[in-house]
Amino acid sequence: MTKTPFPPAIKSRPVYGELAPRPGTAHLIVADGEGAEAVRDLFARAGTDAAAMLAKSHILYTPGPNGTDQWALIGALGAAQAQRTPSIPTLLLRLARVLLDARAGTQVYLAGSEPLMGQAERDIMATGLPHADIQKEHRGSTVRRVQCVHCKGITENVRTDPFVCSHCGLNLFVRDHYSRRIAAFQGVCIDAEDPGKVPASVERFQ
Amino acid sequence: MSLDFKPQFDSFFKDETFEGSFTFRNSPQAIRRFPFPFDRDEYMYSVNIEPHVRGRKGSVFENVFDVDEHYVSEMRDRARVLARDPLRCQSLPHMDLAGWDLLELIMENLATDYPQWFHLNKSGNDWHWINKPLGIDQKFTFLDNSTLPHGPMEYITRQMQGDFTLQDEREGNLWVDAGMVTTQADWSLDFDIGMNFFEWHAPVPLAHEKMVFERALKFLLKLQHGSPVRRFNWTMTVNPLLDTAPETYPEWGPMRTSLTQENMGEKMHLRVELQALFRLPRSNAIAFSIRAYLGKFAELVTMPKWGRRLHRVVRDLHPDLAAYKGFLRNRDAMVQWLSQYDDGAPTSPGIWPED
Repeated sequence: MTKTPFPPAIKSRPVYGELAPRPGTAHLIVADGEGAEAVRDLFARAGTDAAAMLAKSHILYTPGPNGTDQWALIGALGAAQAQRTPSIPTLLLRLARVLLDARAGTQVYLAGSEPLMGQAERDIMATGLPHADIQKEHRGSTVRRVQCVHCKGITENVRTDPFVCSHCGLNLFVRDHYSRRIAAFQGVCIDAEDPGKVPASVERFQ
Repeated sequence: MSLDFKPQFDSFFKDETFEGSFTFRNSPQAIRRFPFPFDRDEYMYSVNIEPHVRGRKGSVFENVFDVDEHYVSEMRDRARVLARDPLRCQSLPHMDLAGWDLLELIMENLATDYPQWFHLNKSGNDWHWINKPLGIDQKFTFLDNSTLPHGPMEYITRQMQGDFTLQDEREGNLWVDAGMVTTQADWSLDFDIGMNFFEWHAPVPLAHEKMVFERALKFLLKLQHGSPVRRFNWTMTVNPLLDTAPETYPEWGPMRTSLTQENMGEKMHLRVELQALFRLPRSNAIAFSIRAYLGKFAELVTMPKWGRRLHRVVRDLHPDLAAYKGFLRNRDAMVQWLSQYDDGAPTSPGIWPED
């Protein structure tokens, strides 16, 4: 599976490119699920520089929202450091520790699902790196992390639109409006004006 | 709710509510000076920006910041909203200096334009601020956060009508990195804070295709200190709710289903935002003030020109805009009610009621 095609959307909806090797003092790579293939392709693109780049690379990996586990692909690359974590939250704990030691000139690459890339980006931006300096390539699942604008609770791995907020129970429709600071799309009550009139859920995100 | 000010209601400042009992209304003088936003009988987005210069005496353009008969009650309503949801006021850590710039801008203009209500005495960085309508007397050290009960932006915007956002300028873009937002037309500061100009406007329909935001940003990046600009925006609000936040939409959304031909004149409000933009001197940030004025349909049609024009604008508005502004479901009923006040006579150009 190559880059995920997304339908045209409003300008706050993130767009993704293709990971490209850039010269750096170190390479921090965060991926989940099918993102492992984007990481493999990144080093393939590095060509004869791949070995030198791998010697300065730290890869954090976790299986994707649909269970895809391509750790074998990551493990076989031969990066200086690579860790498999069982979930995104545990990956983010490791990432926090890695960021404490990140030096100027470190290149950052994110690959895989939006929930993984969004939360990693949020934590990396908090260290002062502008989001435009973070490379991102989408692969695999398109499930969304959605914040209920009413109770502020975040529902992970949303597949349908509308869906029921896992915290306050309101019926929410999923907007394309996206906050990098919260690393989530916005969910808004769909039947506020006509309580109970909720259209049938459609599986929009897989 | 406890207040950290002592509201002074008098023959000018009205004691009224923007929730529950909804006792808000405009006096005849306030109707006459209402900032009616339509200068012709139709509406479409445009980069409708003009210099924010002093305008007609008695109008909302007379002063840099307009303080009107609703001031004290609006500040009480803001305190209520903030007590309930403190996330309505946020400032990212690098925005303190811009907050002080804003505090200075507001205090100096209020003290100059309304000496009967506001006083500012400065001795170096030792400042003394008196706000008589809110019963506030505060000595503090300019640029020292520890000398005020809130951060500088929050402190001063708890004392000024209208929402405020502060935009940091970097990477050739504007970033909404701070704000006091309690009188908004359905947008969430908590969600949008940190976004750039295109991102926080992303949900607006039609305007992106017309390149409105590209042109507006280009214009705003050239904004100079001392040369503020302004524009109008507008929507419709059922009941005089200053606070129509996405957060509380399940509470106020159902009110949109309560309209009849009998209550339309009292319940339906044209909500006009007088928006002004100021370049700030120390931080180089841009302050954006979004002042909401509510006018009941029944109040506005007392000006025959406005009655005719409002009918035509609402009737002919692009359905995408009516949907975005949240009144598509009520549009036909609004047009029906307003049609009583449109005899088909021509209207004069411009916004003033009697020109």
